[in-house]
Amino acid sequence: MEFINDVIGVITAPGWRHFVGALLCAIGGVSTVIAAAGVLRFPDFYTRLHAASVTDTLGALTLILGMAFLAPGLLIVFKLILIGLFLVLTGPTSAHAIANAAYTAGLEPIIGKIGLQKAKEEDEA
Amino acid sequence: MLYVMGLATALTLLWLGMSGIYEPVVLSLGVISIAITVILATRLGLKDRETSPYHRIIPFLLYTPYLIVEILKANLTVIKAILKPDMDIQPTMVKVKTTCKSDLAKVIFANSITLTPGTVTLRVDDDSMLVHGLYEADAQPEAFEEMDRRASIAGDGRPSKGKGATK
Repeated sequence: MEFINDVIGVITAPGWRHFVGALLCAIGGVSTVIAAAGVLRFPDFYTRLHAASVTDTLGALTLILGMAFLAPGLLIVFKLILIGLFLVLTGPTSAHAIANAAYTAGLEPIIGKIGLQKAKEEDEA
Repeated sequence: MLYVMGLATALTLLWLGMSGIYEPVVLSLGVISIAITVILATRLGLKDRETSPYHRIIPFLLYTPYLIVEILKANLTVIKAILKPDMDIQPTMVKVKTTCKSDLAKVIFANSITLTPGTVTLRVDDDSMLVHGLYEADAQPEAFEEMDRRASIAGDGRPSKGKGATK
């Protein structure tokens, strides 16, 4: 209950800054949850990696941007920018390392249509 | 000497931004640590054009807005694909040719592809990359030409002429 009051307090605080910050944080949080759902729903390793990269980009970056809007001082904003830069540099590098390792180890990706689409085609054939 | 000055300036800015406490004692500690870092970097030989890429800052800044727009567009595609009740993805693998010459430009291009949701670079060769895409229609080799051109401008300087630090 206290948490909900805090959230309402932040959103209704005077000035547009807090509203924009809270909105961006909400977008980041929701997209992170959607990406988690994608990781569970997608069929194989490589497609799941695509879903996970939504967390890296839209999720993390909008959260950081939202936090920057909510930050009390420019020093915090500077640190958040550094964190963002670090994420942008390391995120794709680690994703590539994982994908490359899987490909080198011989994990075959699923190619072409999958799921209901494929079932429909097979019915027609 | 210029590179040492550049390194010292960058480290000073970083320290001032990270610290937030500007009292004589703490500032002197900062000066000492910056001096030690610069001395160590000099002894390691980390002072050439490649390790202080200040001449690349403006091309990078010009590349960033384009990359952000691409990331937002790709994010919407992937989020739609996740939320669809009937999954309609068509995973595919394509070979993407690149005109990037230097290692830096290739890294920028490969990382941009990976950073864009829906495409992941699986392998980087000399002049091509193996890319795994979520949709066959979106991951045709032509779709990457624009990004390739911009990445080579950001990394090599100019798209065609480029005699970078390829090993």
